[in-house]
Amino acid sequence: MRTQQTSTDAEMASTGFLDNDVHNGDHSSSSIQAVMINRPRSELYGFWREFRNLPLFMANVRSVSGDGRVWIIAGPGGFEVQLETEIIEDRPGEKIAWRSTESADIDHEGWVEFRDNAFGRGTEVRVMISYDPPAGAVGKLVAKVMQREPRIQARRELRRFKQLMETGEVSTSQAPVAAPRG
Amino acid sequence: MRALTWHGKHDVRVDTVPDPEIVNPRDAIIKITATAICGSDLHLYDSVIPGMHRGDILGHEFMGEVVEVGRGNTSLRVGQKVVVPFVIACGQCFFCGKEQYSACDNSNPADKSDASEVAYGYPAAGLFGYSHLTGGYAGGQAEYARIPYSDFGPIVVPDGIEDERVLFLSDIFPTGWMAAENAGIQPGDTVVVWGCGPVGLFTIKSAIHMGAGRVIAIDHHPRRLALAKQNGAEVLNYHEVKVLEALKEMTAGIGPDACIDAVGMEAHGFAPDNIIDAVKQETKLGTDRQHVLREAIMACRKGGRISMPGVYGGIGDKLPIGAFMQKGLTLKTGQTHVQKYLPTLLELVMDGQIDTTDLISHRLPLEEAATAYKNFHDNPNEWTKVVLKP
Ligand SMILES: NC(=O)c1ccc[n+]([C@@H]2O[C@H](COP(=O)([O-])OP(=O)(O)OC[C@H]3O[C@@H](n4cnc5c(N)ncnc54)[C@H](O)[C@@H]3O)[C@@H](O)[C@H]2O)c1
Ligand SMILES: [Zn+2]
Ligand SMILES: [Zn+2]
Repeated sequence: MRTQQTSTDAEMASTGFLDNDVHNGDHSSSSIQAVMINRPRSELYGFWREFRNLPLFMANVRSVSGDGRVWIIAGPGGFEVQLETEIIEDRPGEKIAWRSTESADIDHEGWVEFRDNAFGRGTEVRVMISYDPPAGAVGKLVAKVMQREPRIQARRELRRFKQLMETGEVSTSQAPVAAPRG
Repeated sequence: MRALTWHGKHDVRVDTVPDPEIVNPRDAIIKITATAICGSDLHLYDSVIPGMHRGDILGHEFMGEVVEVGRGNTSLRVGQKVVVPFVIACGQCFFCGKEQYSACDNSNPADKSDASEVAYGYPAAGLFGYSHLTGGYAGGQAEYARIPYSDFGPIVVPDGIEDERVLFLSDIFPTGWMAAENAGIQPGDTVVVWGCGPVGLFTIKSAIHMGAGRVIAIDHHPRRLALAKQNGAEVLNYHEVKVLEALKEMTAGIGPDACIDAVGMEAHGFAPDNIIDAVKQETKLGTDRQHVLREAIMACRKGGRISMPGVYGGIGDKLPIGAFMQKGLTLKTGQTHVQKYLPTLLELVMDGQIDTTDLISHRLPLEEAATAYKNFHDNPNEWTKVVLKP
């Protein structure tokens, strides 16, 4: 048990980001990120809980199948990792936690938590993503796939989730179609 | 299509590039009928804003005809004439809810937001044609442009109105207006405007419209000073007078109530490649050209207001912070919340209350855009504002 500010990047001073009993993930590289989303908590929970929606805002998740349990993580050069996950905690409207099963290529664990902002600014969403890349050459590749830093990955995923929930779409300036260039 | 693309310092070219397409449901494509070059574009031309990539299409002051609308956009119709704000805003985030549109949290794509989050503490909003720090969106100095969140930002203008009368609603008119608003002008106030470029001129027009007693404009280009005078300002040429002394004398020792920096960072000392490292290391990255801001702080009366529409990008030092505190000054600044002002300003244009065209010195085809950049940069006295026609 300890008291700590879990949102190191968002630096939100709200009580929603102070937690007395935070599980930070057991793996070698992990990150917690927070974002305020101007939509109701139940809607955000519902969208995330349908894991098939994850590829809509998680750039590395190519597809989700098998009732949301099997995630295909895509990387450079067509390389793919299969990740079998199981839900370890599910509190409707509040929290979803998952982790990889024994058979997965990577040890992975994550959770997402939704709380009403005390001052009517929407829902505070916190996400923890943690993983251990396997050893050896494959591990190096996986680390690359995960953009090395889960922090950056988690931050971008949360931004996309926020965009999608608030505006109905994910902002893009991807060349050449979304932003032609010379 | 043809478009003006950036290739490096003082190297812009009109190239053939792919046409933009609808990507997101709320997008629209417009066929551009008029576009302008902004003083902000000169910061890109001078390569002092980081995050530019070779081939980027420039331009954030533009208007045109809607030619295609995404399926999620129920408010625009093909054939409508729209002016597009240079700030891209979603209309639904916390900041848009506060009408702080240039702080929109959603318009900068997730993969482009890291740099500004490091440099500024929080990610910047998306802007058209203004580096990958602010989204990497293609600009409007082109034949066509893709407009994200097009059901929210663009303003539909009445049929038949000449493009030139409304084009500057995209940026410099609202920017001058917000600059004057940020100066908190009271009737009878003395307002000083540094810079008689397009932004300074619209600031003068707005300040007078808001009831300033007297506006004093500072520059050194005779043509630009003449335009300021023609718009009702008294003028000072900073090559001819000592600005601080002149202002003190003109206000009989009280000093101006409000001081507006419509000049900005200019070219020196803002090293594009190391801004992010520099911020991280907290080293001093002297922009070295905050001359105007420093002068404004010194010139302002006790208890006065500073407004700063001029763009700064990096880190500055040697600000007279003591004068700022001891005199009890207020400073307001920011990229313009364009969307907030459009209905009011369109009405002023339609009523003929503000002349929006007197500053245009040159009208050229888009094909000659590179020459236009060179001249707007090298001969600012004659080239006061350029409008390009695709
Ligand atoms: N805040 C915004 O949203 C916003 C929008 C548009 C433009 N801008 C910025 O506003 C500034 C002005 O834009 P512009 O299009 O008028 O540019 P511009 O380059 O045409 O005009 C700048 C003028 O400032 C004058 N100047 C330079 N040093 C001066 C000094 N020491 N004292 C007095 N005048 C001086 C120059 O002679 C020139 O006429 C730029 O920094 C631009 O990036 C900001
Ligand atoms: Zn501009
Ligand atoms: Zn927004």
